[in-house]
Amino acid sequence: MATAIFSVRRGGREGGEMVDYQTQVTEGMVVLDAVHQIQAETAPDLACRWNCKAGKCGSCSAEINGKPQLMCMTRLDTIDVTQPVTIEPMRAFPPVKDLISDVSWNYEVKKRIKKFKPRPPDAEDGTWRMQQEDIDRVQEFRKCIECFLCQDVCHVLRDHVKHEEFIGPRFLVYTAALEMHPLDTENRTEELKDAFGIGYCNITKCCTKVCPEHITITDNAIIPLKERVVDEHYDPLKKLVKLFRKK
Amino acid sequence: MASNLVHITRRGFGETMRRDGWWVQSLLTFLGFSAFIVYSTWAAFQGAHYSFGPYLSPMYSPLIWEASGQTLTEHAWLGSWPSWLPAFLRMTPAMLILWAPGGFRFTCYYYRGAYYKAFWADPPGCAVGEPRHSYWGERKFPLIMQNIHRYFLYIALLFIVILSYDAFEGVWFIGPDGHKHFGVGVGTLVLIINVILLGSYTLGCHSLRHLIGGARDVLSGRPVQKKAYDCVSGLNRRHMMFAWFSLFWVGFTDFYIRMCSMGIFTDYRIF
Repeated sequence: MATAIFSVRRGGREGGEMVDYQTQVTEGMVVLDAVHQIQAETAPDLACRWNCKAGKCGSCSAEINGKPQLMCMTRLDTIDVTQPVTIEPMRAFPPVKDLISDVSWNYEVKKRIKKFKPRPPDAEDGTWRMQQEDIDRVQEFRKCIECFLCQDVCHVLRDHVKHEEFIGPRFLVYTAALEMHPLDTENRTEELKDAFGIGYCNITKCCTKVCPEHITITDNAIIPLKERVVDEHYDPLKKLVKLFRKK
Repeated sequence: MASNLVHITRRGFGETMRRDGWWVQSLLTFLGFSAFIVYSTWAAFQGAHYSFGPYLSPMYSPLIWEASGQTLTEHAWLGSWPSWLPAFLRMTPAMLILWAPGGFRFTCYYYRGAYYKAFWADPPGCAVGEPRHSYWGERKFPLIMQNIHRYFLYIALLFIVILSYDAFEGVWFIGPDGHKHFGVGVGTLVLIINVILLGSYTLGCHSLRHLIGGARDVLSGRPVQKKAYDCVSGLNRRHMMFAWFSLFWVGFTDFYIRMCSMGIFTDYRIF
């Protein structure tokens, strides 16, 4: 059994410091196991959010050695434990205590997105008919576990604090899931351009890289939405065609 | 809603807790793009050694007019360099056309993400501190102009047709009898690979993916459009790879033809 040092962020809403904890690590352990072990052995007041330990609840998001990752899915044999392993809360949101950050902003953002508005039912019993090939694209987005790692790594939120003007990759994926749904009739492109600030995204694909569900956020959600915004706002030829069609 | 966000502490330029080589990718991108920009600019200013027999460099294709002072070849569409173009501009045929593929690549979604990181450090790496606090993204001038990408795509598609024709022309060698004969040289293969790579890059474009079917929520009942969308999506998944391969190969194709034309390389005939 080897011992490893974990440098964990301790503190409340203000300030905070990195505190080193030494604990034993064994084969098959993940970072969350180490945090639980530290809680059991030396720091019972260490606050961290967790739930499923299976990478499906999205609760244990943190920054491990500076990379936004789920603690429960980061095996210790994938990181260098010969040096202190740093564990910090997500930096794009205000810290609450230790490894917990306040992600409530995300829930407020979600409320601002126009809800799913299906076309009238296809059958008399109030049901709809869809083809699997039409829903495939949207199903990828439904894999999202709302861990907010993509929001955390996005430099528009993290470095430029554009929380008021930009909804972040998670909610662009959510909007894409609604916009591209074969039954949905709502149009969200106006909001995407203005209130949701899709133009802030400069396609660096960091969100795609950190997604634990491997959703191709940038290529399959954000860029197609950007193209829809171009269709309606930045393509003079399309505008001209629309003008003639109206006449 | 945002009142509780003021406590987010920003990190300084390059500041990060990451221990991996996050800077390697940006550095390689910077070096790769810089090398291509330097070479293509140099090549564009040469105005000579851009063709060799049936081969025409992709950096000079379409060859609207033969460069000033060069012997007229069959590659030129409109003949010799026009005298009405002022000589002090020191224009070459490449300068008349390179804006189109250059613009296509400059506004390409993949390249944008890559050069924002590598040249503008916006961000220098994922979860790495940035040098500037101000940020407009692609919402305002000048970067809002990136939305012009689909128009460059239309031109790029045309270029693929032209370069395909060039590759086809690359199999017709003029024999001792003065007539064209079918043959394949190393240069022919270089030109064919060039058009395949460029085609794979161009046909995997995000804008094309949108225009060909991505704009629709329902593609069932449109089998041809669905197939086309799936094909473009397949290429789109490897867009980065084709972006780099095609960029390198365009430069190499020009280099190969230039070397042959200068007599440094021998273009071996396969048959």
